[in-house]
Amino acid sequence: MLRKLSVIAAVGLLTVGAAAPALAQHGALEPKDVHWSFEGPFGKFDQAQLQRGYKVYREVCSACHSLKLVSFRNLGDKGGPFYSEKYPNSNDNPYVKAIAKDYEVADIDSETGDAIKRPATAADRIPSPYANEAAARAGNGGALPPDMSLLAKAREGGPAHIYSIVTGYKDPPKGLKVGPGQHYNPYMAGDLSSYWSGSKEHVPPGGFIAMPPPLKDGLVSFDDGTKSTIDQQAKDVAAFLMWAAEPKLEERKQTGFAVLIYLLLLSGLLYASYKTVWRNESH
Amino acid sequence: MSGHSTYQPKTGFERWLDARLPIIRLGYDSFVDYPTPRNLNYWWTFGGILSLCLASQLITGIILVMHYTPSAQGAFASVEHIMRDVNYGWLIRYMHANGASMFFIAVYIHMMRGLYYGSYKAPREVLWLLGCVIYLLMMATAFMGYVLPWGQMSFHGAVVITNLFGALPLVGESITTWLWGGFAVDNPTLNRFFSLHYLLPFMIAGVVILHVWALHVVGQNNPTGVEPKSKADTVPFTPYATVKDGFAMSVFLILFAFFVFYMPNALGHADNYIEANPLATPSHIVPEWYFLPFYAILRAVPDKLMGVLAMFGAIACLFALPWLDTSKVRSMRYRPTAKVYFLFFVVACCILGVCGAKLPDDPVIPHLTTFQVMGSDLNSFVWLSRAASLYYFAFFLVVLPVLGLVEKTLPVPDSIASPALSAEAHKG
Repeated sequence: MLRKLSVIAAVGLLTVGAAAPALAQHGALEPKDVHWSFEGPFGKFDQAQLQRGYKVYREVCSACHSLKLVSFRNLGDKGGPFYSEKYPNSNDNPYVKAIAKDYEVADIDSETGDAIKRPATAADRIPSPYANEAAARAGNGGALPPDMSLLAKAREGGPAHIYSIVTGYKDPPKGLKVGPGQHYNPYMAGDLSSYWSGSKEHVPPGGFIAMPPPLKDGLVSFDDGTKSTIDQQAKDVAAFLMWAAEPKLEERKQTGFAVLIYLLLLSGLLYASYKTVWRNESH
Repeated sequence: MSGHSTYQPKTGFERWLDARLPIIRLGYDSFVDYPTPRNLNYWWTFGGILSLCLASQLITGIILVMHYTPSAQGAFASVEHIMRDVNYGWLIRYMHANGASMFFIAVYIHMMRGLYYGSYKAPREVLWLLGCVIYLLMMATAFMGYVLPWGQMSFHGAVVITNLFGALPLVGESITTWLWGGFAVDNPTLNRFFSLHYLLPFMIAGVVILHVWALHVVGQNNPTGVEPKSKADTVPFTPYATVKDGFAMSVFLILFAFFVFYMPNALGHADNYIEANPLATPSHIVPEWYFLPFYAILRAVPDKLMGVLAMFGAIACLFALPWLDTSKVRSMRYRPTAKVYFLFFVVACCILGVCGAKLPDDPVIPHLTTFQVMGSDLNSFVWLSRAASLYYFAFFLVVLPVLGLVEKTLPVPDSIASPALSAEAHKG
């Protein structure tokens, strides 16, 4: 029976494996290998890392990148950067309230109907840096900084891709024509063959990215005393963005563990029942 | 159903109901007393697994609709609302998205089982045809469901697939405009796909009832392909088949849960987490994995119309299968030559799946250039998919019709019980 089951499993995996190779980005280097606290079946977000990552987002990324799908209250949700057991309702969380108050959001005066600005509350979405796409492009030489809410799931390689991009800038190899406002990055998806004057066999990997290298050593000061290197900032912000993209990751993995234990026990019981029911029957 | 009903109403209520609506009798005859060949192996458990998949998709789908917004403006955000703000929304959505893949894994195994053991042969042709109809409906449902999150792959996948109808002569353009509800894939397209995505599963459920009905008229096939002849050949469905199916379902659920909880996005495409943008086409549009073999056949043919016809022809072969296979022997267990061809057929399908995921002109063996034929190097996925497509069609249109007439088959046992019992005697 085990042999047959393994055949079934093999067929399943083969079908799955067949589709997987398609997903590698064309032309870019594979993302760097990074160890994340949230990897594996028992992975959890490192709250201190999420807080540092939020700070990097707030002080660096948020100048151009929106985080439209995340509300301030999410920052205090279970598994989030500012979750505290004292405040099961994240709307009461003083960190969350203080973070929200720093922003101004557009609203309508309920008495007069006039357009007003008011300090944000925990219930508000994190406001975007630009009013609309045209404004975002105008402010970035025609390029659109992507919304970051799902970025860690919207790129092959996920957070490792984000980490690799922001730490992976290289001087363009000789023979590569880099346009104005463009930067060479070997981890960026793209096809550089039409900008390459060297041999067709040795087109450099990667592509162009409009964003200049965003991080510098010491650019963000971490309150927990962690040394603020480019590498540290990149890792932390990538972890934060993974949380932003998949805030229920911890809940999912914990639930999964219980479900799997239940299913394994159930399968064991059913197998025993099967053997009992069939014990006198040849088949 | 087959044979006389042995149902004995035990209580007064049962007797009263049985005289008015014998629904308990129907259930008893179909799922309790129903005689099941005693030699069914685990490949036969996928029918039950498939009904589990359908039930799971229906339940999770109905819950998703409670929170989903079917509009080009709101669809993407509403899916994220489900993921972030709805209680256990992430679980429901991941179950539904991965459930589609599980459904197809199970259906492909179920179909391959039917193919290997000759479950499509007389008197089971209608049973097989109904299965093919279910498969077609499943493909339509899955395709339209993938459009609903309105991500980049949803949108551009919909553009590519609906454009296929544009290849039809004369009426092609009108049909695509009609499908889109406009002159491009847009809000009306999303709305009608949503409507149909909700309708089709219930049609699937209806055809499943017919499929089970047809099954219960002709009885299950079995690994020997020999019809049950006496009571010694069968066991009652309950508890024998129910407990075995139950065990198999539970094991299948472990695989399902593994994907849902630990790699929920592995079978999807990262680009679908980017909201649909008609102005930015992804560099490489691929359908979901379960469509890849057909996508490869489509791209294997240089002419667009012929490619579309080949793709639909690949499915049409399945419908014609009961009349293509000329062999008198049902199970390939006793057809050593057919068995080898079948194995290559499975391999060809997998190769087509891989080809469908690759860029056509990419080399199969890296860094090797051979001859240019018809504008592509022979060492390319497009040529590999051509070879595999050719085998796919040859299997149905040449191998099965011809082999049945010329092959030398092994002796078939007289009854199911005789090999099963003799195997027991061997053990003892």
